Amino acid sequence: MKAIEMIDIVKVYPNGIVANKGVNFEVEEGEIHALVGENGAGKTTLMKILFGIEQPTSGEIRIFEKEVHIHSPHDAIAKGIGMVHQHFMLVPSFTVAENIVLGMEPKKGFSIDMDEAVKIVEEASKRYGLEVPPTERVLDLPVGIKQRIEILKALVRGAKILILDEPTAVLTPQETEELFVALKNLAKKGMTIIFISHKLKEVKEISDRVTVLRDGKTMGTFLTKDVSEEDISRLMVGRDVELVIERPEPKPGKIVLEVKNLNYFREDGVQVLKNVSFALREGEILGVAGVEGNGQRELVEILTGLRFGAIGSVRLLGEEILGYDAYTLRRKKIAHIPEDRVEKGAALKASIAENLISDRYYKEPFSKRLLLFPRKVIEYAKKAIKDFSIKTDSPLTPVGMLSGGNMQKVVVAREFTAGAKLLIADQPTRGIDVGSTEFVRKELIKVRDEGVAVLLVSADLQEILQLSDRIIVMYKGEIVGYFDKNEGLTEEELGYYMLGVKRHDENKIKEAFAL
Amino acid sequence: MNELVHGILSPQFFYSILRVTTPILFAALAALLSDVAGSTNIGIEGMMLMSAFWGVMVSAWTGSAWIGLLAGVTSSVLLSLALAYFYLNLKTDLVLAGIAFNIFSSGATVFLLYLFTGDKGSSSSLKSYVLPKIDIPLIKDIPVVGDILSGHHVLTYIAFISVFVVQYFIYKTPLGLRLRAVGENPDAAQSVGISVKKIRYISMLLSGLMAGFGGAFLSMGYVSWFARDMTNGRGFIGLAAQALGGHSAFGSMWGSLLFGLAEAASYTLQAIRIPSEFTNMLPFIFTIIALAIYARSKLLQIKKIKEEEKKA
Amino acid sequence: MRNKMVLFEVVRTALTIAIALLLGYLILIFATDDPNTAFKWFIYGPISRLRRFVELLNRATPLIFTGLAVSIVFQAEIFNIGAEGQLFFGAVAATFAALYFPQIPFLHVIIVLIFAMAAGGLWAAVPAYMKAKWNASELVSSLMMNYVAFYLGLYIINYHMRDVNAGFLVSYKFPRTAWLPRLLRRYNLYPGIFIALGFAILVWFFLYRTKYGYELRMVGKNKEFARFSGIKVENVIIYSQIISGMVAGLAGAVEIMGLYKRFVWQMTPGYGFDGIIVALLARNNPLAVIPAAFLVAYMRTGALIMGRMTGIAPEIVMMLQAIIILLITAEAFLSFWKKRIIEKAAMEQEEKK
Repeated sequence: MKAIEMIDIVKVYPNGIVANKGVNFEVEEGEIHALVGENGAGKTTLMKILFGIEQPTSGEIRIFEKEVHIHSPHDAIAKGIGMVHQHFMLVPSFTVAENIVLGMEPKKGFSIDMDEAVKIVEEASKRYGLEVPPTERVLDLPVGIKQRIEILKALVRGAKILILDEPTAVLTPQETEELFVALKNLAKKGMTIIFISHKLKEVKEISDRVTVLRDGKTMGTFLTKDVSEEDISRLMVGRDVELVIERPEPKPGKIVLEVKNLNYFREDGVQVLKNVSFALREGEILGVAGVEGNGQRELVEILTGLRFGAIGSVRLLGEEILGYDAYTLRRKKIAHIPEDRVEKGAALKASIAENLISDRYYKEPFSKRLLLFPRKVIEYAKKAIKDFSIKTDSPLTPVGMLSGGNMQKVVVAREFTAGAKLLIADQPTRGIDVGSTEFVRKELIKVRDEGVAVLLVSADLQEILQLSDRIIVMYKGEIVGYFDKNEGLTEEELGYYMLGVKRHDENKIKEAFAL
Repeated sequence: MNELVHGILSPQFFYSILRVTTPILFAALAALLSDVAGSTNIGIEGMMLMSAFWGVMVSAWTGSAWIGLLAGVTSSVLLSLALAYFYLNLKTDLVLAGIAFNIFSSGATVFLLYLFTGDKGSSSSLKSYVLPKIDIPLIKDIPVVGDILSGHHVLTYIAFISVFVVQYFIYKTPLGLRLRAVGENPDAAQSVGISVKKIRYISMLLSGLMAGFGGAFLSMGYVSWFARDMTNGRGFIGLAAQALGGHSAFGSMWGSLLFGLAEAASYTLQAIRIPSEFTNMLPFIFTIIALAIYARSKLLQIKKIKEEEKKA
Repeated sequence: MRNKMVLFEVVRTALTIAIALLLGYLILIFATDDPNTAFKWFIYGPISRLRRFVELLNRATPLIFTGLAVSIVFQAEIFNIGAEGQLFFGAVAATFAALYFPQIPFLHVIIVLIFAMAAGGLWAAVPAYMKAKWNASELVSSLMMNYVAFYLGLYIINYHMRDVNAGFLVSYKFPRTAWLPRLLRRYNLYPGIFIALGFAILVWFFLYRTKYGYELRMVGKNKEFARFSGIKVENVIIYSQIISGMVAGLAGAVEIMGLYKRFVWQMTPGYGFDGIIVALLARNNPLAVIPAAFLVAYMRTGALIMGRMTGIAPEIVMMLQAIIILLITAEAFLSFWKKRIIEKAAMEQEEKK
């Protein structure tokens, strides 16, 4: 029996981006079906439609061979669909049990029956082999457990179809293995599972069939065992992926950045950076690898003047800069590609031109004393749009109307031309298409060769290995691994360090600082 | 000076604190019930005004204070549902919509007052009714304590009882859990099939209910007439009181009592011939200072935690 | 497509006003036996006589100032709605300067205006400082400042500058050197409207042609982005509110210097809250504030004339204004149309590829 049929689905978002252009998608009952495509291909949108979060502009949906209209997640749940989102949908201050029974609370009189709630969780947890601590607050739990809570949330609501949106993006290779065991178990019990990913190795490992999306259209559905990773990737990007990016030998110069014994405590008292020390020279890229949430974000924010209260020493070309704000650090020639372009990197409601000058609007030729010269700004923006091949019809277009890749190009166009001595690139290619990714990566190598010191923070191990001249690995706020060159280094090997299984000795780690 | 000390130490002074706290407490609970679900109800001021107006009008027409109360509260609830409709269905900015509703209520009450009574300032020409005061048996006979706690307006008791009811509702009942979930992470609530819109409607309705009681108290207890813009910022002060108390009904109560104290003190000052223009200002200055101290202490708290960690 | 969006906003605004007027008419049907006459005065009143038109001009003057003031803070996405208190206190400060400063022609007027601006700026600085320094909600604190301005102002006027011979609670009459002179012999037209128009251009220039205006707008569009880009967000939060307060301070001062020549208010005039409507109608654009202020002033004048001619309470206009705020800010109002424009444009681009 067919569990899901989605026919000719079209979705236009309010900002004018067409995410699905007539997608067809079919899933058999009881299979693990992988939905693949590069970022921006429309996978998440398609699944949001299936789960009732977004409404399709046009198209038809059938669940277990009956035509349905899904107006809300409530409808979807009633029809036996459960979804585990890429960003967890949990209430941080609630306990595990409260999160799981939310919306279907057992009652005793007027009150919630908490004992019963805990029992529900314990039973489900045992039945599906997904262990969670029912009475602990979600806030304090590790990512792997949060994901189990999400899966349990769907299962206790009687889900027969389970959608997992890039479930392994936040997991270490080892945690991923555990997840796969659990998923295969569920499938054996008759659960239909849709597995969204762009990691082809995982797709090959877990799925029975695979559907490929490209640019909002279906490229085909195949038995996974009949297609190779190369076949799938060709379908995803429409050409043979250029896996290797030219990286000439680095010619490092003098030391630009020295971080020594950096410690930081978050507002809630948790120590998120422990004695972090490293140095960075001009003309080289230092990669920072690690599972997200191991102190990288705080490190970047401290170095760019967006977070304060750290202890230790940060020197830029010999000058102590710890505690300076972004205003000062920008003027000391630190550029920053932020992790989140929507939140920090751009003002979506402002025009491309206005976005491109946000760090230099006070300088000539854009302004003089008090005055601002809009014509100069627009001239400059036109040139930047051409140089960075940003797809738009006018420099006055609001950045929010651009696609993810083009938005990132606006950010990159500003930061790469800032004349920086130090460039901090945090997840520079997250969520953008392959073309833009390749462009950004090549530009990173280019600025490196121009003598800029680049600190590259990325959760994408392929990116780290492709671009970095040296690599540090962070785990629980500490540097646990240091590689002074990355020849022969594999993603698996890095994974062990990221998970805290392996760890270099003190002396090796000290080399990251002593150049 | 003697007069002042005498005034402040008398049981009447403490009695008056509870009396003037009542409308502020209702407003604070109204603010709490909407804030828990993540929406700031700026329109409390207007809802109270509307309730005060209809309470007086309907009680005068029907001769019953209780029917007046029902009418007043109903008008406030209808207004809160209209606000929710603009906010949730038409996607109006909530703060601006709240301001619009306040302007609307201020204009509509004066317009209708003039239409019904021919007077623009107050309804004093109308014979309207007030809700009863209640003596508490036993307690009323205890000296001093009885003078302070007994003999209050029925809505004053309802206000303080509501504090416990609201606290229980928010933290112990399924609906309360959903309200808090929507307030803290609407996506999480939506992901388990809870309609965020429906929950916010409910929270706004409950908020309107509380505001309605507060407004009715003003015109049918505090005084026995309606006067133009008679809420005089109490809805806003209630918002401030709730802000000081966080997401706890008891916190809202302590915040409200603080402002009640300031207001009661300002009346005492008037009694010793300090100009009313001057004393009327005090509760508002007090609110500003309290907000500043609160915001500052919250920042310092964060800093302190950090410093202690550093030492450790 | 950008043109279509502008057209969309224009149509939406026009439709909003039409709905508000229709609603006004419906209320009149309930309120009076002769709604047509009342409505006629409401619509036609302000242009029926030159004197009434002058009344309209004078009423638009303070609304331009408050509309500009609110536009400035709204462009920075700051909810300081204290324009009411700022203009009230500005007027009190102006009264002080008018009564007690040396009566040098021309210079005296300038000093009075500077005092009004300083007082308005000071009043706005309190919530601004609290927000920037301690992250206290500017919304609540600016509302509270309105009440403080009102009571403190009344105290100062009634106890220290009151003209006991006047028979009303008003201040002493200003010396002639502090008047804004009458421009026409037969009509009470004073130069306030020209000062207001000048300020509209000035504020536009500030927002779009200076780097501080750029900073302010970027903070409004995305505060985190501004901070990340090296803009000192706290400074912007403070100066945008102070500048806004200065402009608001003028609203009250200019009116009493031109119309009454003394402080006359025992209630707040409401221009501050009208300023919110003006700013919303103008989409926070200083030049669009001018027609928006005229529109709101037109409704106010029309309602007053209707009140004079038919005895209907002019407060009816407050209800209409509330409807205008609601519909202008309602994103979903007519959004189906906007959605169609966007969808069509997007699909067309798709086909071009």
